[in-house]
Amino acid sequence: MKIGVVTFPGSLDDVDARRAAAVAGAEAVALWHGDADLHGVDAVVLPGGFSYGDYLRAGAISRFAPVMETIIKKAGEGLPVLGICNGFQVLCESHLLPGALIKNHHRKFICKDQPLRIENNRTAWTSDYDANHEITIVLKNQDGSFVADEATLDRLEGEGRVVARYLGNPNGSYRDIAGITNERGNVVGLMPHPEHAVNPLCSSADGGRLFESAAAALVA
Amino acid sequence: MSAVAEHPHRALGLTDAEYDGICDKLGREPNGLELAVFSLMWSEHCGYKHSRKLLKLLPTEGPHVVMGPDENAGAVDVGNGLAVAFKVESHNHPSAVEPFQGAATGVGGILRDVFAIGARPIAILDSLRFGELDSARSRYLLDHAVAGIAHYGNSVGVPTVGGEVVFDECYAENPLVNVLCLGVMPKDRLVLGRASGVGNLAVLLGSSTGRDGIGGVSVLASAGFGDAEAEQAKRPSVQVGDPFEEKRLIEACLELLDAGLVVGIQDLGGAGLTCATSETASRGGVGMDVYVSEVAQREPGMEPFEVMTSESQERMLAIVTPESLDRVLETARRWEVRASVVGTVTAGGGLRILDRLGGAVLADVPAASLHEDAPLYDRPMARPSDLDARRADDPGAALPAPGDCTADVLALLADPAWIYRQYDHQLFLNTVEGPGGDAAVLRLKAPGLPASDRGLALSTDGNARWCSLDPRQGTAMNVAEAALNVACVGARPVAVVNCLNFGNPEHPEVMWQLSEAIDGMAEACVALELPVIGGNVSLYNESRGRDIDPTPVVGVLGLIDHLERRPPGVGLVENGRLVLLGETQATLGGSQWAAQLHGHRNGALASLDLDLHKRLLELVAALVNEGLAAGVHDVSEGGLGVALAEMAVRSGVGARVVGPSTHVELFSESPSRVVVCALPDAAQEVFRRAGAAGVPASFLGGSGGDRLVVEGLVDVSVADARAAWQAAIPTALATA
Repeated sequence: MKIGVVTFPGSLDDVDARRAAAVAGAEAVALWHGDADLHGVDAVVLPGGFSYGDYLRAGAISRFAPVMETIIKKAGEGLPVLGICNGFQVLCESHLLPGALIKNHHRKFICKDQPLRIENNRTAWTSDYDANHEITIVLKNQDGSFVADEATLDRLEGEGRVVARYLGNPNGSYRDIAGITNERGNVVGLMPHPEHAVNPLCSSADGGRLFESAAAALVA
Repeated sequence: MSAVAEHPHRALGLTDAEYDGICDKLGREPNGLELAVFSLMWSEHCGYKHSRKLLKLLPTEGPHVVMGPDENAGAVDVGNGLAVAFKVESHNHPSAVEPFQGAATGVGGILRDVFAIGARPIAILDSLRFGELDSARSRYLLDHAVAGIAHYGNSVGVPTVGGEVVFDECYAENPLVNVLCLGVMPKDRLVLGRASGVGNLAVLLGSSTGRDGIGGVSVLASAGFGDAEAEQAKRPSVQVGDPFEEKRLIEACLELLDAGLVVGIQDLGGAGLTCATSETASRGGVGMDVYVSEVAQREPGMEPFEVMTSESQERMLAIVTPESLDRVLETARRWEVRASVVGTVTAGGGLRILDRLGGAVLADVPAASLHEDAPLYDRPMARPSDLDARRADDPGAALPAPGDCTADVLALLADPAWIYRQYDHQLFLNTVEGPGGDAAVLRLKAPGLPASDRGLALSTDGNARWCSLDPRQGTAMNVAEAALNVACVGARPVAVVNCLNFGNPEHPEVMWQLSEAIDGMAEACVALELPVIGGNVSLYNESRGRDIDPTPVVGVLGLIDHLERRPPGVGLVENGRLVLLGETQATLGGSQWAAQLHGHRNGALASLDLDLHKRLLELVAALVNEGLAAGVHDVSEGGLGVALAEMAVRSGVGARVVGPSTHVELFSESPSRVVVCALPDAAQEVFRRAGAAGVPASFLGGSGGDRLVVEGLVDVSVADARAAWQAAIPTALATA
């Protein structure tokens, strides 16, 4: 079972995401933004970072990379896709997920251990968590405030598509939303960084289950 | 005709004697371009003309040193086929003029120094100094400098894992922004910044070259500050950073080095292309032809001297063989990095600047004369005439004892989280101990490197109050403290880098301070067996005629042989026993308590015993590694009172202490002391080991509960202390 991790120019957390996939027992495959071929991977991670320097708007340029054409098409067919931080921004810019991520309400980059509640454990990426599982993983972002219009927010809540909610809102996200999923539950966007939380020596190990969820679902 | 028009070298910052020296080197008068090139390379910033003689006194060798101070960065062998490179540099003057970009480009520059020798940058530490936060300008400088570091470091993808911040009036107009970068590499990837092989090509990688930063090293870095209007006029000399460009440049360069495609590589920093071409040629004992027309230019109509001296950021110069050129260009294309051949390595040692390949020769000077022949000065030195009077003015005698030491302890607490929360300190999943502790602790891991269970520890330290009273001993105490910080996380200190921030070297007192500080650093480094593997000198830190207090900043690298668990860190545990290693000398000379709470900056420093300190370093690292310490913290600024309070607020656990009996003992900053919190069954072993090591140890009391009590002096709830600690910086910043 293979998890592909895309490297865009300016991706920063691609190496850590590949390591997290490997820790979860998957084969990590490096995917290149300019190559539309997914090389047979079973799931894709769009990693954190500042792709294209976040110039114009976070994720706005990466959305047009050749690899994204394939990912958008395959996501529609059910390919598990996880966007972390900048990857979440790319997913919103690609319209695979609704809403947008804007500058933190305090206008500063923030890096800290962030408690979260996993509210939907039925997605391809969260099935290994318990219902309402509370975890702590690293949050680090500049443009991490999730916004959407009221109707969209109501719909996300009503359909159970809020995957993770902040316990203590760090950035002004509407309704404390830290992560969401699409209707089908195969595409997940998450602002905090599970790939930095897979080793208790360096941080918590609470993030590993995202990658284990995908690995388990794909084997089953 | 004005004197300047008649003597253009004076406007460029060269003395008449230096001009004569240039004429001697050339055997003729230089033309305008040649003069511009000399003025930059012989500036204080590039030529170290006031400090180079003194710096030779520092010990630079050790069995594990694989690269010393003369290259882009120093490096040490850390075993398992790996080497660690690190270096610290200042970006003080640009940050005073334009704090966001000044600090941001400080990060960019030091990263390039580290990956230029083949190491992947994996950590940044920043050592910052600003005026007191009751000034609106100081708040602005802090806010924007921190934002600039965050902007660049976070988006280029190198975690900022530690550092320090100091607020002191002497930096009000001249803040200090020192940035340290650490990188790791397979030892055999180490590459030198030198050109070799006649006929090899010089490839310029990265950004196009613009009119930014022209004359930065001579205009900004080698002169002090006058009035506000003049500062505004210098703003165009500050460069603008592009971390996205740098990220691609790092990946492209490391890929080139991994593939063995470059003969030598050098970053473009101060003095731009002139410095990079003359230094690589001079170090390699060759010459170079440079073609101005081949340099990608950001705007039309640039003059050759602008192209050659621009300090546009995010550029590297690689020396490659003609056979590997295609592969080099292909790698650059893949990372979307601009690359063009701008020169050729030649025999003979001349740096020739041509308008284009085969075109007119615009300048022809010996490369070595630019790089190595900057005049070295023995500036006059003078011990400050008021020094004896200042040392005799003891704050313990001059100042009244506080009615309530609790309030004083609280007033000295400041949690730097407001700063470091703005930095990504988790990237690469190496950070075992991030900012805020005694030292940062990292796993020794990076993409593509062999596995290792070693750990790295890093600390930066500087204390201008101590150095102002006694630059020699104060600097030795800085080295000792930084080494003790890494010992407190279980590491063995192995190497030092320094950044010497001083005032105007034309003032004899400043030269004396510099000379004394270097002597003190040498004494401490020899005694502690720490080679100095890199450094940077920043002079002319003055404004309106007032020099900053001497501020040598040292960075110490420590090694942990087997990093298996997190070090205990700065904290207390329930039912613990507190042991003070080392002895308190009752003096408040140079203390934070006297300076910050009473504006009293005099007195004599406590004495420093480097032999005892060395034994203490080994003892503390052993106690940490063997799991005998449940909490550990060195005693430094603010003395035992602040050390205990920091342990309490960081862990949320209180203590009842019986040791210090007066405010002098509570706030004394005498060196070589560590508070160890041990569980009851380990405490006896701590005393036994201290006795065996010949380190004095005394029982301080017990830890636990929700109050911090020092009998007769301090009594506060941990919650209140924690609130004061956390609120200090945000409250000061909110006073707008």
